[in-house]
Amino acid sequence: MNRCSAILLGLAVAVAPLMAQTSAVQIPKTVSAGSSFSIGTTGSGDATLYIVGPGGAFERKVQLGNQVEFGPSDITTAGHYSMFVVSSSSTESAQFDVVASSAPASISFLAKPSRLPVSLHNGISGVAYVFDIYRNLILQPTPVTFQLSSAEHTPQSRTETTRDGVAWIKLDSPASAGSTQFDAAAGDVIAKRVIEEVPGEACNLKMSAHGSGQRIVLQTEPVRDCSGNAVPDGTVVTFTETYNGEETTADVPLKRGIATTDMPLHAGAVISVAAGVATGNEVRWGAGQ
Amino acid sequence: MTSESNNSGSNKGTVIALAIGAVTVLLVVIGTVWPSQSALANGGSYVPFLASFSSSPEGAVNGLLGKIGRHDFASAYDDLANKSQFTEPDFERDLNGTYASLRTYAALTGFDVYPQHSSADDAKIRVNLHWSSVVGGFSDVRDLDVTKSGDQWRVAWPVVLEAKVPPQVIPVNYLRWDVIYRGAGDDWGSQDVEAPHVRIIDMHPIDRGGSVVVLGEILNEDTVPAFVTVKSSLLAKNGSVIATEDAFDKISHLLLPKQVTPFRIDFRGVAMSQVDSIRMDPSSSLIAASADPVIEIENQKLSPLPNSSLSGELLNQSGQVANIAHVLGTFYDKSGHLVWVSDEYTNRALLPQIPLPFTVALPPDLAGQVATYRVVTSTYISSPQ
Repeated sequence: MNRCSAILLGLAVAVAPLMAQTSAVQIPKTVSAGSSFSIGTTGSGDATLYIVGPGGAFERKVQLGNQVEFGPSDITTAGHYSMFVVSSSSTESAQFDVVASSAPASISFLAKPSRLPVSLHNGISGVAYVFDIYRNLILQPTPVTFQLSSAEHTPQSRTETTRDGVAWIKLDSPASAGSTQFDAAAGDVIAKRVIEEVPGEACNLKMSAHGSGQRIVLQTEPVRDCSGNAVPDGTVVTFTETYNGEETTADVPLKRGIATTDMPLHAGAVISVAAGVATGNEVRWGAGQ
Repeated sequence: MTSESNNSGSNKGTVIALAIGAVTVLLVVIGTVWPSQSALANGGSYVPFLASFSSSPEGAVNGLLGKIGRHDFASAYDDLANKSQFTEPDFERDLNGTYASLRTYAALTGFDVYPQHSSADDAKIRVNLHWSSVVGGFSDVRDLDVTKSGDQWRVAWPVVLEAKVPPQVIPVNYLRWDVIYRGAGDDWGSQDVEAPHVRIIDMHPIDRGGSVVVLGEILNEDTVPAFVTVKSSLLAKNGSVIATEDAFDKISHLLLPKQVTPFRIDFRGVAMSQVDSIRMDPSSSLIAASADPVIEIENQKLSPLPNSSLSGELLNQSGQVANIAHVLGTFYDKSGHLVWVSDEYTNRALLPQIPLPFTVALPPDLAGQVATYRVVTSTYISSPQ
């Protein structure tokens, strides 16, 4: 828009409220974003048509008495628009709304948290914002289907209808540990997130020991939480050998569910194991072993 | 009158300039003829005709250490009395370290010479070598035998030969974590991975030499590795911040799941009486990390006064060389309260299956309070082997 048009538009906007609305222009009250529409004018002679709204300001030279045609790509941003037809003798104005297309084209899906403990009531929240192809928030009620699924458990699925463009849900985290896919679907559009359910603290930690030359080989049984879920690999298990006032320790990460290490062999040594707050069994290495 | 005044000022200036020049020349001569030990250790050139080092046991030791300080290992090796016992590369590896260890990048900043015994033909001298590195200094004490050969004294170097592991294959179930973060072009609704959950499980401020020291421990209670830092702010009664510091290297920054590290934050020059409260600010972020190498800490024991310390040996259970190991000792009293946190970096690389001794200092005045302790270690690896 050039400076002259801007000044004209400003004047038109300023005087519009003072003028009687004669509705000499015919325009639909709502227009779908990205659709064709036309504006009817009455009278004769040249005029300038201005449209002002969230998508910007448009200026077009028109011949009064003719239809003014707008193509699908002319107005794609939803919102409230004002229209002015300024001629040498009068200024006509009208208001109309551009609404989002009702066909979902994308979903902004906020899924929280990315990791959480197993079996947590309402622990997972999902919020879906549904947009049309022009990234307009679809304010019309739209069904959104949320689904939490994994290979280990039956999917949880629920459909919620958007309010003012937003649908949300709270779900319990599954009882089994592992990665879960959390989807939100509206129409043909689907947004995917990954939620990881992690087990609790180690429970019933047990280790075994056997001699190997001058060393004792220590190995835990598969480490699980109190619900039987395998504690994740990488979790640190601490082995401590106490002998003759000296200590030997090793922080060993779980690999494939177990932790294993070796320590100096001393008859009479006491060896203990712990992971986080969980302590396991104690081994006293006897002279005869 | 004006002309006389100008001449007088000009003469004074000449006299001062000449005096400064004379003093400078004098100092240069003094420094050259009687160089300090540190200068000898760091000097870029050696002036043999000015210092007859090998005419006395101490002179021979000073000369040898001067060459070591200048990394002139070939010349130093040539001067040794026992060079038939090891090669020059052995000698250099002993002093300079291997595998990009802390010693490799350290500089000899000085040394102390303590004669222990001396006769006409031999002497025993203890030397304390002071090395400096980017993470602080370390000392290296060696007992040297010095023998007279003809009219020259020569040093027998007590070389520490690098232990070697027989060639072998060590199977390792490699475990590491990689992180895929949200991309710059992702939609605003795209979920990002959460930072690990960490928790300070103990915090205890103490007054140490008129300064505040905050001791504590932090736990990674998540199931993924965390890069942790701990910041602390001392607050006055009116709520204003007196000082803010972080643990810097008095912490193990990488924590595997369920791992605990101690931390120590020093506030130098801030008295405990000024402090009303302390604000702790732990932070964590996801980090691509490996669970290896596993380092066993063997034969840990507390040494009593006067050299109170915690010592032991690190044993690298993997097949990967750790260039530098950082050892953190946490000391507790009988009630389990934190008493002190101290650390040490090993100056030699941690080779697979080869024990490497360490000693973590414990302040003598706190030694009596310590009942139990815990040691953790972290390693720095320059590149995969």
